[in-house]
Amino acid sequence: MMKGIKKWRLFSLLTALMVFLSGCGEEHLSTLTPAGQVGRDQLDLMVLSTAIMVLVIIVVMIVYVLAIVKFRRSKVGENVIPKQVEGSHKLELIWTIVPIILLLILTVPTVVSTYKLADVSGMDTVDAKGNKTAVTVNVKANLYWWEFEYPDLGIVTAQELVVPTQEKVYFNLKAADVKHSFWIPAAGGKLDTNVDNLNKFYLTFDNPSESLQDGVFYGKCAELCGPSHALMDFKVKSLDRDDFDAWVADMKASKEETPEGDVAQQGQEIFNTSCIACHAVSGAGSTGGVGPNLATFGDRNRVAGFMEHTPENIKAWISNPEKHKPGNLMPEPKEINNGKDFTDQELTALTEYLMGLSVEE
Amino acid sequence: MSSIAQKKGFGATLWDYLTTVDHKKIAILYLITGGFFFIVGGIEAMLIRIQLAQPDNDFVSAGMFNQIITMHGTTMIFLAAMPLLLGFMNAVMPLQIGARDVAFPFLNSLGFWLFFFGGVFLNLSWFMGGAPDAGWTSYASLSLASPGHGIDFYALGLFISGFGTLIGGINFLVTIINMRAPGMTYMRMPLFTWTTFVASALILFAFPPLTVGIVFMIVDRMFGGNFFDHTMGGNTIIWEHLFWIFGHPEVYILILPAFGIFSEIFPTFARKRLFGYSAMVFATVLIGFLGFMVWAHHMFTVGMGPTANAIFAVATMAIAVPTGVKIFNWLLTMWGGSIVFTTPMLYAVGFIPSFVAGGVTGVMQAAAPLDYQLHDSYFIVAHFHYVIVGGVVLGLLAGLHFYWPLMFNTMLNEKLGKITFWLFFIGFHLTFFIQHFLGLLGMPRRVFTYVADQGWDSYNMISSIGAIFMAAGVIVLVVNIIMTIVKNEKVGRDPWGDGRTLEWALPQPVPFYNFKQTPLVRGLDTFWIEKQEGNKEGMTYAEPVGDIHMPNNSFVPVVISFGLFVASFGALYNGEKSWAVPVIILGLGITFASMIHRSLKDDHGYHVHKEDLLDDKGGKH
Repeated sequence: MMKGIKKWRLFSLLTALMVFLSGCGEEHLSTLTPAGQVGRDQLDLMVLSTAIMVLVIIVVMIVYVLAIVKFRRSKVGENVIPKQVEGSHKLELIWTIVPIILLLILTVPTVVSTYKLADVSGMDTVDAKGNKTAVTVNVKANLYWWEFEYPDLGIVTAQELVVPTQEKVYFNLKAADVKHSFWIPAAGGKLDTNVDNLNKFYLTFDNPSESLQDGVFYGKCAELCGPSHALMDFKVKSLDRDDFDAWVADMKASKEETPEGDVAQQGQEIFNTSCIACHAVSGAGSTGGVGPNLATFGDRNRVAGFMEHTPENIKAWISNPEKHKPGNLMPEPKEINNGKDFTDQELTALTEYLMGLSVEE
Repeated sequence: MSSIAQKKGFGATLWDYLTTVDHKKIAILYLITGGFFFIVGGIEAMLIRIQLAQPDNDFVSAGMFNQIITMHGTTMIFLAAMPLLLGFMNAVMPLQIGARDVAFPFLNSLGFWLFFFGGVFLNLSWFMGGAPDAGWTSYASLSLASPGHGIDFYALGLFISGFGTLIGGINFLVTIINMRAPGMTYMRMPLFTWTTFVASALILFAFPPLTVGIVFMIVDRMFGGNFFDHTMGGNTIIWEHLFWIFGHPEVYILILPAFGIFSEIFPTFARKRLFGYSAMVFATVLIGFLGFMVWAHHMFTVGMGPTANAIFAVATMAIAVPTGVKIFNWLLTMWGGSIVFTTPMLYAVGFIPSFVAGGVTGVMQAAAPLDYQLHDSYFIVAHFHYVIVGGVVLGLLAGLHFYWPLMFNTMLNEKLGKITFWLFFIGFHLTFFIQHFLGLLGMPRRVFTYVADQGWDSYNMISSIGAIFMAAGVIVLVVNIIMTIVKNEKVGRDPWGDGRTLEWALPQPVPFYNFKQTPLVRGLDTFWIEKQEGNKEGMTYAEPVGDIHMPNNSFVPVVISFGLFVASFGALYNGEKSWAVPVIILGLGITFASMIHRSLKDDHGYHVHKEDLLDDKGGKH
């Protein structure tokens, strides 16, 4: 019977090994494939703590297996009364002091790293002209979407965060309604967006996200925030500094343009009567949109943060938001379209218009 | 009243249990109610795993899923694990210290009925417009925003049942301090009594912060308060602190008694004295103390700043030391012993690797920067199920098999018991081991579904298959219990053959007054000492046979608790229904009137006379 346990432990160890060896999950999502220094620091701590803990487990398992194999009643005899040992001061000291030493080894990098990752002083560094040197993003978490404002650059976007590579990107985090938590697993640990106060931290990205499966990192909401908590995803695009600057310039220049083609123009008219009260289509500006800013909609990777970016999904989403993201605050078509559902033709027009909203050439 | 047991009808038995103040019967009430809620919580768990078995599943809706996870957590912690432990404490602790009952038998009954009505009230939410849906932690901004009455059920239900737990804790503290038999010094107390003692002290200090938080929540939601409304000067983080100042010690309130049960099982089935008894006691007290120093490690990502995070990280790691001491002492108890693998021992032996695995992931999460990654991911789900299922639930199942003959004078079937163990143990590891990796691969917890192809699909399926094994194990256990009750084969005193502590020295069935004569305790493992010296009675007595003073049964605890139950409906609909305030007044009226009745009416109890005691053999030896 005990052989069963042993085999089982071996099996779980093997599973662990298998998982580690056969790849560490998706590169755009896994904490085991860090995209920058923050994630790497945290992974280093994980490796160190795991190593120490595996050492402890091995010692425990050796004593454990020996004990239950050697001292079974079938081996020692039915009527043996074992010696009633009270204890051993020497042993007690050993298994008190050795763990303390092991923990001290873990404590030092933990404390150092805690302070290092909390250092946001670089946020306010300015160059000779008085411009901020680092990119700061104000993240506002809403039910169930994310707004990303770049206060020093005068632009704002939503659902898809764009960041420069090879430098610290700073974040001011806040929730608009209930508590959420901002997490880009591949880039580093999470920080809560509270309703009460502003939280600050930074992340780094080594390389442009182009080469990834979808060309973006995945971001998640990590704090239960209501029915659609699971669907409150966002995406992160990392660009070289030059590409990033170009993107910023395009965002600043983006404004309401006349779209090409009749269908798209019809879509714009519908948009301007039904949707524009909540959704801005210009990337220049600051926070405060009731709904996500749509200036970059055509460039995005997902509809509503999690659905494939296809015309069918855009239509499905607009015609019934509640079905796809329960509890979200986007009105049903009837509420914004004079009490009527959008017709197929209107949906096609809207889709055509939305897909044309782009700042990337 | 005669002490000789009489055959009773169903009605009389029911009335007996409704009014009983006997700790042994209250233990059975806790066991039945806790067991029922354990099954309910288990069904909720199965629904969760069915929903998550595959991506984009729509087995339950998003809102329903949040209700299920909230009720799963709340039910398992407050209505299953804790009451079941309180049940074992009631059944065993007074017998272990040689007491005739707990210090306040009336309060003991009141504690149970408050828990009962609180639990029933909470679960009525399913049928009255929806269960709470903000998670068992019920963080303030979300719980204030939650529509409907779910959160109100949560707050009021836990308010009532929390009272019951607090009363139970105080009762046990007083009992252990005052009612130990002569010779039962603190350092001769069995480990289960010690852990009951420390867990009760934790209850005493941990439940008031929860009660404060819940009262704030009740006032905010039902009476227009603004404690947590940040737009009105309130603060939601205060809820998180209050909740975790309770919530972390709560973990130790659960695990310490489980440690106690295992500390009784290892020596019994290794036929060897507990190794390092005084170190075990010291470690228990230290864990209890440190348990209050670490609550903010649940809040590393809240933004408390690096200094607070660093301090709580180091304090949390410190807890690993006394816990490690315990693990090694259990191992060394087995070392050099004569181990027999009965069902309780199997659970104890299975517990060690499971709990070590849960413990080491705990240390990993104590490293604050690493926790930024692990927090609120499936890694934490895996971790706390490893400590709560791998520690507490295995402890409860071990205790159920171990103490069943003490409570019912029958023995659960060993073969079925072992089948349950293997199904449950394998299922448990299958379900939760893989979840560590889900967390590392970026899956947040409390998600009602997930998009396919994020690298999570097969792991979730494996996890759900594991859950089926656990459910099968519990079903076999239920069959086992029913079969045992139907067969009703009496087993008599010391059925395991190697009982060491005082409770096993009692004749079976245990007389309602427990000890005809108060025993004299001559050392640790007092029954073992008497057996080794060839004492057939199993006890040395500290007094001659004399009259025994016993408390009268009372229906008042049920009425007091029922009054609060009624008042809760009023509070729930306050400002919404015109009858709300009258119902609050009516309910509180019932409660206070019955309390006044209890206070003004003298109840001196009764005496079991010496002559009756001499006639009564109190079961077969």
